[in-house]
Amino acid sequence: MHFGFLTIYWRDMIRFVRFRTLLVSSLVQPALWMAFFGIAMSASFNRLTPDVPPIPGVPPIGYLTFMAAGVIAMTTLFTSLFGGMVLLFDKNWGLLREVMASPLPRDHVIFGIALSGMTKSFIQALIIMVFGMLLGAEFFRGYSAGQVAISVLGILLFVGIFSLGFLFLSAAIAISLESPEGMQGIMTLLTMPIFFASNALYPVNAFPPVLQAVSIGNPLTHLVNGIRYFAIGDRYQAIGVLYTTTPSGLLFSLSVLVVFGLAMFGLAWWRFQRAVVT
Amino acid sequence: MAGEIIKVSGLVHRYGDFEAVRGISFAVEQGEVFSFLGPNGAGKSTAINVLTTLLRIQHGSARVAGFDVATEPARVRESIGIVFQEVTLDRDMTCWEILEFHGCLYRMPYGERRKRIEELLAVVELDAKRDTLTKHLSGGMKRRLEIARGLMTRPKVLFLDEPTIGLDPQTRRRMWDYIKAVNEEGTTIFLTTHYMDEADQLSDRISIIDHGQIIATGRGWDLKNRLAEDVIYLETSDNGRSKEIVGAMDGVTEVKEKTNGFVALVNQDGTHLLPRIMDEIRGQGIRIVTVNLKKPSMDDVFVHFTGRNLRDERAERPSAAIARAGRR
Ligand SMILES: Nc1ncnc2c1ncn2[C@@H]1O[C@H](COP(=O)(O)OP(=O)(O)OP(=O)(O)O)[C@@H](O)[C@H]1O
Ligand SMILES: [Mg+2]
Repeated sequence: MHFGFLTIYWRDMIRFVRFRTLLVSSLVQPALWMAFFGIAMSASFNRLTPDVPPIPGVPPIGYLTFMAAGVIAMTTLFTSLFGGMVLLFDKNWGLLREVMASPLPRDHVIFGIALSGMTKSFIQALIIMVFGMLLGAEFFRGYSAGQVAISVLGILLFVGIFSLGFLFLSAAIAISLESPEGMQGIMTLLTMPIFFASNALYPVNAFPPVLQAVSIGNPLTHLVNGIRYFAIGDRYQAIGVLYTTTPSGLLFSLSVLVVFGLAMFGLAWWRFQRAVVT
Repeated sequence: MAGEIIKVSGLVHRYGDFEAVRGISFAVEQGEVFSFLGPNGAGKSTAINVLTTLLRIQHGSARVAGFDVATEPARVRESIGIVFQEVTLDRDMTCWEILEFHGCLYRMPYGERRKRIEELLAVVELDAKRDTLTKHLSGGMKRRLEIARGLMTRPKVLFLDEPTIGLDPQTRRRMWDYIKAVNEEGTTIFLTTHYMDEADQLSDRISIIDHGQIIATGRGWDLKNRLAEDVIYLETSDNGRSKEIVGAMDGVTEVKEKTNGFVALVNQDGTHLLPRIMDEIRGQGIRIVTVNLKKPSMDDVFVHFTGRNLRDERAERPSAAIARAGRR
């Protein structure tokens, strides 16, 4: 067994710890989303929802709780998509050459970067969870300590697999490009549709059928499903819409993420085999 | 185990339509210091990149440390160390971390790795800077750190692509000493340079490379002797006529015009020939202003074999080289 990827992991984490600004800035955005968008929108949604007859026997949840799960997912998406960017800098400013000239198998570079990206996503997800709850998101309502622990692990499982997929994608893009500017452009192009064609901030029922279909194929939707299942429950109503998640639905969401992750790993592996760094 | 540790034949490398390396063949003996001497754009780095498996080999064959670069690149990588032409240090890691990272990449066992880092930090005199981020190192320190990194794994072959570019003369000399010391411990060294003195002082054998081709190969003195035994420089009151006189003399192989005088390449001991040349010129009533006798330099050799100066003198002053290395 070759643990070369741990070397790449170690090095990326050194940078992460050394440059805490990276962590802080990546947390500011979700904090702002929740503090402004979340609180503002929950005020308006909460004013609207009394007009919608509540579905009897289903616990209602506030908008902030609903969207906090989406914000965790969104942050994971952003962080993961940018996680491969370090490769681009390493490529242009040297370190990747040293790595490519070393006996380290190339897939270990992918694993190392993905693993450190996943670690960062875990840290962020946990911080946002706590921050959201401080702002008033009602996660884990009525759960016992044991249930909370299991739910947190469940959330991290979904966050982890999802982030691996997008980190692989990000690594594949970074190794294929020459400039950080180009990567920035592609990322913006990717994040917009992924983010808005998902159930992160609003229900998808009202979407036109085409968009609904897109959102079903969208990994972000499935990550949000997973987070809401574990953080809120399998049956609740929000913004007048009934949400139920069956165990098989949850399993389906997980499978979509796994399949996406494997496909993206394939893509990254292929790009790395052909990469020339001089 | 003596023998050929690098064996290249018919190596061609193209970037698109442009042929950067045009069919070179050479061999490097185990334990040697071997240099590629050539001007900017000669194809030195391209050749190194192929030998170190960073570029896939296109045509021809190359074996390094007993392994074929085309079919066993991983084995080649395990056996070599590289110091790249450009700085390849993470600006935000410390000296110690750079070496630790490298040792881990090559799967050096913990104890050996840590011991080696200490040794090397001492050798390149960066002990005091072990916890300094590399962005806070001077250019020479960075270069020393990179050389230390290249030596971490005790490679069989160490590739040095212009190892002393942008260093001050004193540091360059120290680098040469390190490189020699490393070589004495048994590491074969393949280096590229466009500094004559570097090729001359450091290497056992030199290949002069230009426009992607090897023009001449040999030991420094051998190349110089092939050119001439001695070089005589003269300034006289009538350079045109003196040139003719000298050119016709026995033992003079070539006469070349210079700004205020001319040089004669001679194939016998110049100390005996020079008085005869002077008598001959004076005999014609020409006054001699300046005389100089010297052994051919690598510069002379280079001009001879390539028909041009190694580098554009103005563009490649040391300060320009430093600016270039700093900008990277
Ligand atoms: N990636 C590339 N794409 C296209 N052309 C290239 C590339 N790399 C090098 N070349 C060209 O190939 C030729 C040889 O370049 P190379 O870097 O091997 O020269 P060199 O001998 O190392 O020069 P220097 O002393 O300046 O480092 C040059 O003409 C250069 O422009
Ligand atoms: Mg070069």
